[in-house]
Amino acid sequence: MMFIRSFLFFFGVLATVLLGWAALVGVPDFMVSEIQPPEGLQRYTEEQLYGRSVYIREGCMYCHSQQVRPEGFGVDQERFWGRPSVPADYVFDKPHLLGTMRTGPDLMNIGVRQSSIDWHLVHLYNPRIVVPGSIMPPFPWLFVEKLSAGPNDKVITLPDSLAPEGKVVVAGRDANALTAYLLSLDRSYPVAQGKPDTTKKK
Amino acid sequence: MAKKKTKKPADPHGEFRGQRTEADQERRIVIDDAARTPTVLYFGSGIFWLLVGSLFGIIASLKFNLPDWLGSSAALTFGRIRPAHLNTVMYGWASLAGAGMIVWLTARLCRIQLQLAWVHYLAVILWNLGVLAGTVAILAGYNQGMEWLEFPRFAGAMIAVGFLLFAASIIQTFRKRNVDHLYVSLWYILASMIWFPFLYVVANLGIYQGVIQAAMNWWYGHNALATWFTPIGLAGAYYFIPKVIGRPIYSYYLGLLGFWAFALFYNWNGIHHLVGGPLPTWLVTVSIVASVMMVVPVMAVAVNHHLTTVNHFRMLKFSPTLRFVVIGSMCYTAVSVQGSLESIRSFQEVAHFTHYTIGHAHLGVYAFLSMILFGAIYYIMPRLARWEWPYPGLIKAHFWMSIAGIGIYVIALTVGGWFQGVQLNDPAIPFMDVVEYTKVYLWARSIGGALMVVSHFIFAFQFVMIIKHAGPRRFAPALFRESAPMQREEREP
Repeated sequence: MMFIRSFLFFFGVLATVLLGWAALVGVPDFMVSEIQPPEGLQRYTEEQLYGRSVYIREGCMYCHSQQVRPEGFGVDQERFWGRPSVPADYVFDKPHLLGTMRTGPDLMNIGVRQSSIDWHLVHLYNPRIVVPGSIMPPFPWLFVEKLSAGPNDKVITLPDSLAPEGKVVVAGRDANALTAYLLSLDRSYPVAQGKPDTTKKK
Repeated sequence: MAKKKTKKPADPHGEFRGQRTEADQERRIVIDDAARTPTVLYFGSGIFWLLVGSLFGIIASLKFNLPDWLGSSAALTFGRIRPAHLNTVMYGWASLAGAGMIVWLTARLCRIQLQLAWVHYLAVILWNLGVLAGTVAILAGYNQGMEWLEFPRFAGAMIAVGFLLFAASIIQTFRKRNVDHLYVSLWYILASMIWFPFLYVVANLGIYQGVIQAAMNWWYGHNALATWFTPIGLAGAYYFIPKVIGRPIYSYYLGLLGFWAFALFYNWNGIHHLVGGPLPTWLVTVSIVASVMMVVPVMAVAVNHHLTTVNHFRMLKFSPTLRFVVIGSMCYTAVSVQGSLESIRSFQEVAHFTHYTIGHAHLGVYAFLSMILFGAIYYIMPRLARWEWPYPGLIKAHFWMSIAGIGIYVIALTVGGWFQGVQLNDPAIPFMDVVEYTKVYLWARSIGGALMVVSHFIFAFQFVMIIKHAGPRRFAPALFRESAPMQREEREP
């Protein structure tokens, strides 16, 4: 009797967790596996992929989401963050970077909204130079201080108070790659809008 | 599980009403002795990670207030120290301290010495090395990129093997049990021995991509709570509340209902973290429904715990354990009801992506789980160390500082986060104005966090004292006031 009860207990417990996995991961995986990348979506270049790894390394996703909410759910469109995201937008993304916080703005289309390389580099070096009041961390270790810039170096223009004396600050490999990745974030191409998650009545 | 009709199914072995025979006392001493070293090792390393993790937490919080502070240190940038905080407090503090409580509790409830006790030495070493390696990796920039799964795979593997060893001993102890009735706490413990390894291994395999990986990520993220952290907390609350009060749990059958409803609904909850995201509507809806259904097990547990406590509230004046555990169980009810509400779409439209969620997370992991773990450690340690807590005043300080700290923290982020969400949904308000608005709440968060950090150092200090048998020797349990009404178990060896 005790054996049967123990067996039922363990079986039941195992069944609940397997059911949950099947419903939330297994079945959706099966359904979405057919999705084709949209025509306008480019594969990441090697540099962009490296920039993406810098994005992950520095934990950008803890403050920036990469998902635009559907019409009627929040005001992402009015903030010009782009059209609602669809599963096809993410086919090349591993790991996914959907994010759960908007301490900073959404970056799904940051490459469209802010396409200036110089702006991004200065902003990464110290966000408060271009956005007063920002609480984003500075990332000076992505940059190199040099006595003089080389022919291929991207020099960033700093206010006097932050510029090192007698030296120039140039973008390092990581800063350039991260910027290239940010500029690649452009999901403005048209997609077939399936049924977005908008069942909430306004 | 209760085919046999016992008269008092909630307490057939007299665990709570206490048969006070000498044989009983002897038996408990033998059982406690066998569990001593593993339990203390788990507790000790857990508390170490609590200190490390909460220092990470306060640094991360202060970086919102002073973004250029330590600004040139790559290892201490917000985006690295925040996952380091989460992983050290979850896989270090809560998991290890929880494992210690489970070891002791399982032996007590199965009425047998801990079996395979030696595997715990290996488990403790692997687990701690895993957390250490993973944390160093995150700070050095090797982040896997998914929340709750930041540890590199080798660190995850060490933790997984450690957990399996730990679970083997728990299951073996259960198989050798000297009881024919299984107490509610044991159900949660045994279930998590099956759930969590499955979950952790599947999640760490890394076989998904794109939006399905996001679904997997939150299936895991929420289920880490469902299959491991919440069972620890509930097992503790189900044991210590009746134990300290000296009365059996209010209803065995509610416990049964609560457990199976919990098992059915909780692990379907995860996708509510992606409400409004680019996933099939039905998937999100399923998770919302399951989240709302969580009201059933939560209410069953709430009625059970609170009706056991009611009429005995004056004991909270005396017993440190009871005070921590009852506060923890109240916060479980609160955070769960909040969670069910939060999953609803119109609520998420405002609260998602804001600091509100961070407040909710800390209400759960700190005010519910950590409080119960504090209470459990205050109860268990004197019995293992054969030495009473030397400074009751410091227990009081720990209690009030952590309560004040988490109170300030949760209220600030709940209020600030909500209005942050309201403003984000008003396109007339520029984004930077919203950031500006949250700043005062982020300061309050740091103040609350600092109080919690200090309370942890007080707690750790006293933990070292009791292990070293240092400080003034006390011959009666360290209570908040003398001459307590709970003479029975609190005074037992």
